[in-house]
Amino acid sequence: MLEAIKFSSLGEFLNMGGYAFNVWSVYVLFAVFFFINIYFPLLRKKQILKEQKRRQYFQQEGAVAGMADSTGEES
Amino acid sequence: MWLWFSKLGSPKWFYELSGKWLPWLVAAMSILLLVGIVWALLFVPPDYQQGDTIRIMYIHVPFASISLAFFPLMAVAGTITLVWRMKLADMVAKTAAPLGAWFTALALASGSIWGSDIWGTWWIWDGRLTSMLLQFFLLIGIISLRSALEDSEAAAKACAVLSIVGCINVVVIKYSVDWWNTLHQPSSPIGLSDESPNGPEIWVPLLIMIAAIYLFFAVSLILSTRNEILIRERRAQWVQDMVKREA
Repeated sequence: MLEAIKFSSLGEFLNMGGYAFNVWSVYVLFAVFFFINIYFPLLRKKQILKEQKRRQYFQQEGAVAGMADSTGEES
Repeated sequence: MWLWFSKLGSPKWFYELSGKWLPWLVAAMSILLLVGIVWALLFVPPDYQQGDTIRIMYIHVPFASISLAFFPLMAVAGTITLVWRMKLADMVAKTAAPLGAWFTALALASGSIWGSDIWGTWWIWDGRLTSMLLQFFLLIGIISLRSALEDSEAAAKACAVLSIVGCINVVVIKYSVDWWNTLHQPSSPIGLSDESPNGPEIWVPLLIMIAAIYLFFAVSLILSTRNEILIRERRAQWVQDMVKREA
């Protein structure tokens, strides 16, 4: 299988037959793009869950405080 | 059938199902991507005219072909939004627009870098390139339209209509290489028939890359759609329960 590789050395592989800039910049662009579109949604999800947790926590606190207030008013 | 349809439209159902599918999709995507990229970079023979720039094709062609799927996808989602007011459809349409802009941009950029040496120019106002650039601007237009309208229901409707109209451009992109024969080459048939000018050593890795990038498209669309579901359904009991469980 290794003999089927079209390059005989690492230097030749990096050089891409003289088109190193074109070939490698496209693959780097792809890598960056791939990373962005997987990583950012995951990061965003974490953020959403964190915000939601806080919101629910305060809602609960608020509900408890509200109940305390209303009972306070009644008495 | 109708029960299935209304179930499909439920964000909760989609969230749970996609959660089960995601690991498999990611696994299949990773394997195909690894095989495809190694094959494209190391084992594909250099083209007799283009030399090693042929390796750019394995990124450019999958991205360009999937870019064409966005408007039909958004149009179908938009139609469902307009006719059945299914919440999930609009969430998919909303997340598809920026992703489509990214895909289109990468298809344009990789093509431009490829052309800079092979055509001797970064850009030319050829039918294919121009219609593809138009698609990019249409997607930017849809994204800004949605963020400009405060009423989210009105925004959903406006974007749905624009997506349906924008499908015309997909037809123009598809046939542009046949209508205006300038620089961009027409697509070559892939397959075992005698018409195919390229051997399997060229198109098998291309098919693998197309499958891999399709899976990547599915994975990233699902990831962002799930985020959108969490945001819009945050008052729903099931989201609140899930957040509590994860806390």
